[in-house]
Amino acid sequence: MNSNKIMVDIQNVRKDFGTVKALRKVSLQIHEGEVVLIIGPSGSGKSTLLRSVNRLETLTSGQIFVDGDPLIGPKADIRKIREETGMVFQSFNLFPHLNALDNICLAPIKVRKLSRTVAQERARKLLKRVGLGDRENAYPGQLSGGQKQRVAIARSLAMEPKVMLFDEPTSALDPEMIKEVLDVMLDLAKEGMTMIVVSHEMGFARAAADRVVFMDEGEIVEMGTSQQIFDNPREERTMKFLKHIL
Amino acid sequence: MASLNNHEEPRVIEITDGVLLPTHGERRIIDSWRLTLSIAILGLLAMIFLVKDPYSQIFRVVIKGAPLTFGVTLGAIFGSVFLGLFTGIGQIAHVRLLQLISGVYVELIRGIPLLVQLIFIYFALGKFFQLDGIPAAIIALSICYGAYQGEIFRAGIEAIPKGQMEAALALGLTRGQAMRYIILPQTLRIVIPAIGNEFIAMLKDSSLVSVIALRDILRRGREHVSRTFLSLETYALVALIYLVFTLVLSKLVAMLEDRMKRHEQ
Ligand SMILES: Nc1ncnc2c1ncn2[C@@H]1O[C@H](COP(=O)(O)OP(=O)(O)OP(=O)(O)O)[C@@H](O)[C@H]1O
Ligand SMILES: [Mg+2]
Repeated sequence: MNSNKIMVDIQNVRKDFGTVKALRKVSLQIHEGEVVLIIGPSGSGKSTLLRSVNRLETLTSGQIFVDGDPLIGPKADIRKIREETGMVFQSFNLFPHLNALDNICLAPIKVRKLSRTVAQERARKLLKRVGLGDRENAYPGQLSGGQKQRVAIARSLAMEPKVMLFDEPTSALDPEMIKEVLDVMLDLAKEGMTMIVVSHEMGFARAAADRVVFMDEGEIVEMGTSQQIFDNPREERTMKFLKHIL
Repeated sequence: MASLNNHEEPRVIEITDGVLLPTHGERRIIDSWRLTLSIAILGLLAMIFLVKDPYSQIFRVVIKGAPLTFGVTLGAIFGSVFLGLFTGIGQIAHVRLLQLISGVYVELIRGIPLLVQLIFIYFALGKFFQLDGIPAAIIALSICYGAYQGEIFRAGIEAIPKGQMEAALALGLTRGQAMRYIILPQTLRIVIPAIGNEFIAMLKDSSLVSVIALRDILRRGREHVSRTFLSLETYALVALIYLVFTLVLSKLVAMLEDRMKRHEQ
């Protein structure tokens, strides 16, 4: 499924919040169609790394390329990169004043300049794809957590991104809703979407992750296939962390 | 972690310094509102139609000021919301200069009594621009109230969870688009009660324009008193008229608030 093309190229990225070194020289290449899972203890910099890729956090130093386009520097076109990277948040961040359909249509209409009819047609298809074909008129306040997150995924997909970023997409959900969201993500992975996922869902990791990255204290400590990392970790810190979450 | 869900529910900014708005949840307030309105209207009718002299005469004189009172209030409502919106956005803008300008405006206005401002702005405007009394009064009231509404809008914008802006930016919207389509519509909903209270306060404070020679309800009353010396009777009637107007406006604001809420779901 992976091609040789590098879709996201993270080079020597550092990010300081005042004296806190959230990321220290992180480098990571993600190929087209690859699913990379990032794990690590709280505060290890997972969210910061993800949020750096679409510049919700500005880098202290380093560079990131998304499909060859630089994130930093005079040639950087941040809006283009944001159009090409979808992001799914732990807390959904659906727009509460818009119904499901309008949540999905807004960016295609305002950013991609699609006509309302075309945008709605696509939005309906996406809602069907995430199993919510009958809820297009529902407002976020009327949806369950799992449904909200699926609408949020559909909303990102409506921009036809080349990369999808997921920051703990299931950790605000009740256990019975986790599967419905993971299933949508698994489908996406199968269809060849490039994905960077921060999550501690082992089932998803084993089923879909091409690579697992373990981060601690702003660094990548170890990476490998899910088997390598989960069953035969090399580093002490990885073992300790895995013992903690398993 | 489930508490994260709460971030999606918009909070309501309530800053009350006017009439108590009747809300559905609180029956007692509705009742006190009804009772007060009934007393005011019955009192007014009794004075005008039963006691008649001198009240019907006074009423006919002072009510001529009502169009001016309403006109000035309405104009100032539009003016101050407009100014307030820009001030609120200016205060949270990422442009330092805008922040400073709107910040200074707010501090300046809030530190000076309304009556003093009104007289100053009125005469300052009169000195530099050839303005009629009514537009000058509207501008003066708008400038005064715009600052307070700026604070309300700022608080409203800041009450929208940060994730809303982030989600909008992540989708490729510009900051301006995010503001217009995501942040402000939500802000409007949560500031309606506070802004509505400002409207009511403005209706009351429009009586201050009587000091700058505009013939509103209060001014007409004062003129009548100077002719007839019926001060107690005249001012009692003037007070009742304001009370009825204020109570009715507060009801309208409550209805608007209600409609906004129903739109939500
Ligand atoms: N906006 C911010 N201001 C200051 N410090 C921050 C900010 N965001 C993150 N940090 C700090 O940066 C470090 C990395 O945070 P980050 O959120 O990336 O961790 P994480 O691995 O995602 O943790 P979690 O599993 O709890 O989500 C932490 O020490 C955190 O306190
Ligand atoms: Mg995080």
